[in-house]
Formats: sequence, C-alpha cells, structure tokens
Amino acid sequence: MSKLIYLDNAATTKVADSVVDAMLPYFKEYYGNASSIYQLGAKSKEALDESREYIAGTLGAKANEIYFTAGGSESDNWAIKATADAYAQKGKHIITSAIEHHAVLHTCEYLEKHGYEVTYVGVDENGVIKLDELKAAIRPDTILISVMFANNEIGTIQPIKEIGEIAKEHDILFHTDAVQAYAQVPINVDEMHIDMLSASGHKLNGPKGIGFLYIRKGIKIRSFVHGGQQERGRRAGTENIPGIVGLAAAAKRSFSMLEEKMQKEIELRDYLISRIEAEIPYCRLNGDRKKRLPNNVNFSFQFIEGESMLILLDNKGIAASSGSACTSGSLDPSHVLLAIGLPHEIAHGSLRLTLSEENTKEEMDYVVEQLVAIMERLRSMSPLYEDFMKKQK
Amino acid sequence: MYSEKVMDHFQNPRNVGEIENASGVGTVGNAKCGDIMRMYLDIDDNGIIQDCKFKTFGCGAAVATSSMATELVKGKTIQQALEVTNKAVMEALDGLPPVKVHCSLLAEEAIHAALWDYAEKNHIKIEGLSKPKNDISEGEEEDEY
Repeated sequence: MSKLIYLDNAATTKVADSVVDAMLPYFKEYYGNASSIYQLGAKSKEALDESREYIAGTLGAKANEIYFTAGGSESDNWAIKATADAYAQKGKHIITSAIEHHAVLHTCEYLEKHGYEVTYVGVDENGVIKLDELKAAIRPDTILISVMFANNEIGTIQPIKEIGEIAKEHDILFHTDAVQAYAQVPINVDEMHIDMLSASGHKLNGPKGIGFLYIRKGIKIRSFVHGGQQERGRRAGTENIPGIVGLAAAAKRSFSMLEEKMQKEIELRDYLISRIEAEIPYCRLNGDRKKRLPNNVNFSFQFIEGESMLILLDNKGIAASSGSACTSGSLDPSHVLLAIGLPHEIAHGSLRLTLSEENTKEEMDYVVEQLVAIMERLRSMSPLYEDFMKKQK
Repeated sequence: MYSEKVMDHFQNPRNVGEIENASGVGTVGNAKCGDIMRMYLDIDDNGIIQDCKFKTFGCGAAVATSSMATELVKGKTIQQALEVTNKAVMEALDGLPPVKVHCSLLAEEAIHAALWDYAEKNHIKIEGLSKPKNDISEGEEEDEY
C-alpha cells in the first residue's frame, strides 16, 4: 500500500473538494468587505448571513447567537475569560474537568493567577466526568462550568445534558468545548442547556483559522477583540468570508450525511478495536467503549513508547498520534491519560487513531497487520518486556 | 526532526539483544519519563569489549543513541569506552534535537552502569568511573491489565 492512510482526523482534516469550491469565489470574485455599502460588499454580507443562519440551525440556535472566531482555541479563551470578566461581581469560581483541551486548561490557569479559583473535576477510568464531584464543587460564587463535549484524545463523550441541567438548576453558565464533537454527533443547545459552545472548522473537513462561539442570547459577556462593529460588536476584525463560507459548507457536507457518516465510522472503529484487542497482547482501550466519538480509537500498548510507534507507522504510510511525552514536548505523558489513572509508563505507550468516513476496512486490515509487526519489533527490544517475560516464567 | 543517521540507527538498530552471562549489565532511565536503556557488555581477560548489546524502551532518539553507543564501545578498551561521552554519541549521529539531548546522556550512563557492574563483579576499581545514578526502581511497578 503506497498511499497515505490518514488516521489523525482529530488533529486536523483534509478540506473537502466541495468546501474548496464553495470558498474559491470569495477570494477573487466576491472579495468585498461585508461592511461596505456597494454591491460587491453586499455579496459578502449575504454569504456571511447565510452561513451564520445555517450554522445556527445545526445547533437549534438563532443566527444572532453565532459569533465567528479564528478557531476553537480563540472560542474557548473568549468564553472563559469574558465570562470571568463579566461575572466577577457574582463570583470568581470556575468548574472544569481534568481532561480539557489546553485551550481551556491554560486559560483557567491564567485566571487562577488573576484571583480566580478553579476546581478541576476528576473523571472515571473511562474518562467520564464524575457528576457527584461536579455537584459537590458548586459554590455560591461559581460563575461558570466548562466541560468539553467529547475528549480529543480518548474520544469519551461527556454527559452534557446532565451537566447542563445541573448548571441550569444552580443558575451557573455552562460552556462546552465541542471542537471534537460538532458535526460529528448531534448537538442541540436548548435540549442540552448549553449556554456557550466552541467549534472549529478544520476538524470537519473545513479550512483552518475559522471557528465560532455560540453564545446564548441574554448572556452578557463582552467583546474579546475590540476595534469594530463586526459580530455584533463582540469580535472586531473584517470577517474572514472565505473561511466562514468554508466552515458553513463543511458543516453542510457533514450534516447532510451525519447518520451515515457516524454509522460507517462506528463500524470501522469497532472493527479496528476488536482486531487490535484480539491480535495484540497487553493492550488497553482508553476511553469509554459506548459513549465514544464515532471516529476515535485510542490504545495503550504496554512495554513500548509512543514516538517509536509513530515513526514506524509513518514508514508504512500510516499517520497517527500518541500521548507520549516525546510527542508532547515535555517529560510528562498526556494529562488525559494520567487523569484516567494510567501509570506513566503505560501512558507513554499510547496510540490514537482517528478515522474518517473515507477510510476503508482494507485500510484497517493493513493498519492492524503493520501494528502487530511493529509491536513485536519494539517489544523485542524493550527491557521492560524482557523483565516482564522473565517474571512470567 | 531527526538526522538521517538517527533515523538509520532507529530503523536499523545495531546490536539489539541480550548477552547471556554478560561481563557487565547496566540499566538506566525511568519508565515514568519514558526512557529505559539496558546495556550488556562482554569483556575479555585483556579488558577489551568484545561484544555489546542493548535493549531500550523509548523514543526514536533513545533507540538511536543506544545503537550508536554500542557501536562506539565495541572493540574498545574499558578506558576508551569511558571516553564515549554523550557528546561523542550525539556527534556520531550528526546531532539531536534539543529536547532529545537527555537520550544521549542516558546512553553514556548506560555504558557507565554496565562497566560499574563489571567492576563490582570482578572486585576491581575502574579509574575515572563513579557509581552510576540509578533511578530505574520507580519504573518497576508493572501494572497488568
């Protein structure tokens, strides 16, 4: 197999042809500024409005509740910092989970340095947030609960509706980082009592550098970027029309086949999981088996280290990722894997494979075949495996 | 991110394996941090390193530095082996990315640990060799599923 098997769709995705086609006219033909009065500008404004309208509809929201941003990290930063700022009078306590994306965790750490208190609620061994711990963490001065919709590493989908109900009951704002979940699984902001939601274009076969923040009407958080009347004065800057059009086109593409896409991915996912479990000893599936993103597979393989695996997979034309320290740029393995209780040495040997609906069963077969060989090879040179086998005798 | 030489030594590591009844064995590193190196030495009566093998749990750079270290000490005297520093290993590999320099240190320590083991077994003192830092113990709690 000489073509690339791309299994890192949680990192980013290929921009779909239909998305590129939708975007192209907005670079050279309809390049006008949406704030301009002439017809060329009006063309951009029209595209902007239509895109906003469509995206709002996918969440059961209204168009004036969608604010375009430069992506998921900006949306997370905005939601959390602006809430902290606007509600400081009410309190300075925020609740989040231990397995959030760094866009949330580092923002919370930043706020901690500025007089806010943050409770990081733990998760169980499958990565599901502990709801009793969450409830117990609520205080009179709690202003925000921020819990991700689905985890980017292990794919666990959180009980968002339950969290939303708890937040509503206590009159606390609820933000969810849905970067991994938007257009991958159905979401309804009213049914789930979501007050703010972050999403990003490039995780759904859309372009990079575009995303949005849903802000429920009536929430008083302020501008994050000052300097203009764009996005109802809450996020200044000339609109990235090609990006916004691309994001909407990507969402359309995804939602038009959502059921089918999910079903196909779940089938491939479960096939891959069952073959790995059957054919590679001393492995562990990370994340919840059922409450799981359709495209996420995450395993820890004992006695080996992730980066070595990734290089050898890459040699075989397979693109994947790992939560090992060597891939994170620090000495510690992924905070998510540690939070679900994995010992360091096992967290180092993790492998994440994130599929798309374009992958095939044949590709999965090839991946398993290569993985089996790679595991054997790396284990044969692992002193940890040597010690383990000697103990077994 | 890796030089061609590092990639070559990672993909075609030299001297992987164990030596039965080795003259000296040294294990360094820490599974917590994601690197463990074990070095086996076969040293003859004249103090020449006749054979050297390794096993490594770790990233591409950890494997490549182990492999290069075995090449550099094979056929050498004990004193020559002591001169195989982490810098020598890095140079022989045409460099390492800054975050991976610790892997080359581990390779140097692994050689020293194996020589220390040899010295202890034979009740001799090797000039210029001090007891290696050994923090492997933390990695020994193995969790089984």
